[in-house]
Amino acid sequence: MELDFFFQLLMSGLTRGSIYALIALGYTMVYGIVKLINFAHGEIYMIGAFTALIVSGVLSMYGMNPVFIFLIAITAAIIYSAAYGVTLEKIAYAPLRKAPRLSALISAIGMSMFLQNYVLLAQTSDFLPFPELLPEFGFLDSVKSIISTNQFLILVTTAVVMVLLTLFIKFSRTGKAMRATSQDRDMAQLVGININKVISITFVIGSSLAAIGGVLISSHIGQINFYIGFIAGIKAFVAAVLGGIGSIPGAVLGSFVLGITESFGTGYISSDYEDAFAFVILIVILIFKPSGLLGRKVSEKV
Amino acid sequence: MFKLNEIKKSFLTSIWFMFLTFPIMVIKVNTITDTVEWRWKNLAYVGIGAFILSFVWRWALDRRAKGGKAKKDKTGFNDTILSRTSQLKLPAIIGLGLLVVFLPFFSGMYTTSIVTTALMYVILGLGLNVVVGLGGLLHLGYAAFYAVGAYTYALLHYHFGISFWVALPLGALFSAVLGLLIGFPVLRLRGDYLAIVTLAFGEITRLVLENWNDFSFGPSGIANIARPGIAGVKMKLPQATIFIYFIAIAMVILTIFIVNRLENSRVGRAWEAMREDEIASQSMGIDITKTKLLAFSIGAVWAGFVGVLFAAKTTFINPASFTVWESITVLCVVVIGGMGSIPGVIVGALVFTLLPELLRSVSEYRMLVFGIALVIMMIFRPGGLIQKTRKSYKFKEEGDGK
Repeated sequence: MELDFFFQLLMSGLTRGSIYALIALGYTMVYGIVKLINFAHGEIYMIGAFTALIVSGVLSMYGMNPVFIFLIAITAAIIYSAAYGVTLEKIAYAPLRKAPRLSALISAIGMSMFLQNYVLLAQTSDFLPFPELLPEFGFLDSVKSIISTNQFLILVTTAVVMVLLTLFIKFSRTGKAMRATSQDRDMAQLVGININKVISITFVIGSSLAAIGGVLISSHIGQINFYIGFIAGIKAFVAAVLGGIGSIPGAVLGSFVLGITESFGTGYISSDYEDAFAFVILIVILIFKPSGLLGRKVSEKV
Repeated sequence: MFKLNEIKKSFLTSIWFMFLTFPIMVIKVNTITDTVEWRWKNLAYVGIGAFILSFVWRWALDRRAKGGKAKKDKTGFNDTILSRTSQLKLPAIIGLGLLVVFLPFFSGMYTTSIVTTALMYVILGLGLNVVVGLGGLLHLGYAAFYAVGAYTYALLHYHFGISFWVALPLGALFSAVLGLLIGFPVLRLRGDYLAIVTLAFGEITRLVLENWNDFSFGPSGIANIARPGIAGVKMKLPQATIFIYFIAIAMVILTIFIVNRLENSRVGRAWEAMREDEIASQSMGIDITKTKLLAFSIGAVWAGFVGVLFAAKTTFINPASFTVWESITVLCVVVIGGMGSIPGVIVGALVFTLLPELLRSVSEYRMLVFGIALVIMMIFRPGGLIQKTRKSYKFKEEGDGK
């Protein structure tokens, strides 16, 4: 029984970690390229979840196959989140590219407030039940007590997405352009990389990942409201900083460290302090490694 | 102005926004009755709104791009404005003073109470301004210090019946100690790392207050906190409100005086040097450790004061008053007002607290408006409403005759 409990916690930690990773990647990629904390990233995730809810709500009126609905809903969520991400960048961040960092951060906070209230006013402030669309996977019956269908799906999807993203950034032309831009924006521009395009693509990728995370976790938890993005966003941001912001493997590592700590903390210590574990581990790690687990140590010039 | 190209651009923007807002603005799924509500009217509003606003937006961005150059040509113009304001200064201060003194007597209790809140934000803003505006340390956990002040008074009053006047310095002291405690571990962190760690500290403080029931009475909070009194005189609510108002006024004046003196002091200049460049200032002999810790703890002192005042004013506190959004609000006060500028922060605080009251009829939309206002502010007036003017010395040529 003890062991069962342990594995349950481990699985729930990995699930949390996967979701954090999907969101944290958006933070870290944007940070790597435009050196900006996209505070409104959590809201993009929330909008993804809402779009999926709305689309699946409409489609289920017509009595479609639930699995189809799920696929369409997640596609719509990705498209819309990406569209919001790019628009967000064009409106709130692009005019501030040469401004001090604090200006861009405040602008991002403003956008976060705006998007939250936009959804609140256009939709509702209540929690909405997220439809259960996927059937239980038969082959998971034997380990049902440890891992649920949704958790399995989250883990597999995250793994696939991570591999694809790594391949994309390592080998594709755009991926190379992205890495070049993150190393030195001016130099990248000099060798003919279209910075605006690279930034837009970064926002598209980051937002799409957040949308995938949003839909998956919403169908796992079963309900959403306009505020889910803020908390998830902060946690994912913590994860990104934990791993060393700007570093992609760092964000993934940080997310899993965070997810597992939270899950074991709530399981073995106290569930009251669920949110505090994330912050405590952040502070502890940053005291010993001020640039995060895998962050580069930057030597500063005067 | 209305060239075909421009119209086409706006038209495309309008289409894009109609697409963007389509699911959230138009469709509303009712999950209980399983019906879908289609609100096509909203789509039309968005379309028209986006079409018009995109003109305004491009015009404003265009103006911004030109404005940067135009300003440089007319430096002389600024001087005359400045000299005129210094002539107006004395009458303005007297007028303001009279208004401040008599306000509670001719306006209602409601107005007095709101103005007191605004004054509390002035103090909070000025306190955070020391950390963010002067020290350049991005601090997102300021509400924690505020909470420490409030809980100091509430708990000491509950257990030992301590009075407001004793709690005031104690609250500030505890707050400053917490400032030092937070300051130590984050000394090595910079910029964004510092921001997230201070946010983490703020949230931990709130979570502890929320969950440690034996100590802080958890989410239900502490009620029946005594209002301040003098020499045992019992005051009724209206008198107490006015009294608290005057305490707030006195504290604002004290704060302005001290912060103003600090700014031009040795340590104030050290903060500014640290903000501009940490390494360079260190090589000029500034003790960064001391300077940073001082910034954190002096900033915290003001939050502690306001916390005690807040507890005394509302007579009830719970952890819900001290969330991240509270910290962000104070940060916005500082940034919107003008970082590092004392009059700016005062104006920022007044705008941030009084404007929502005036807009109460459309209160649903006020967070929406604030959000977009922050973005617009940052793009078109990044220095804040009243920008800081730096002390400068002009070189006068000899034999100029002046």
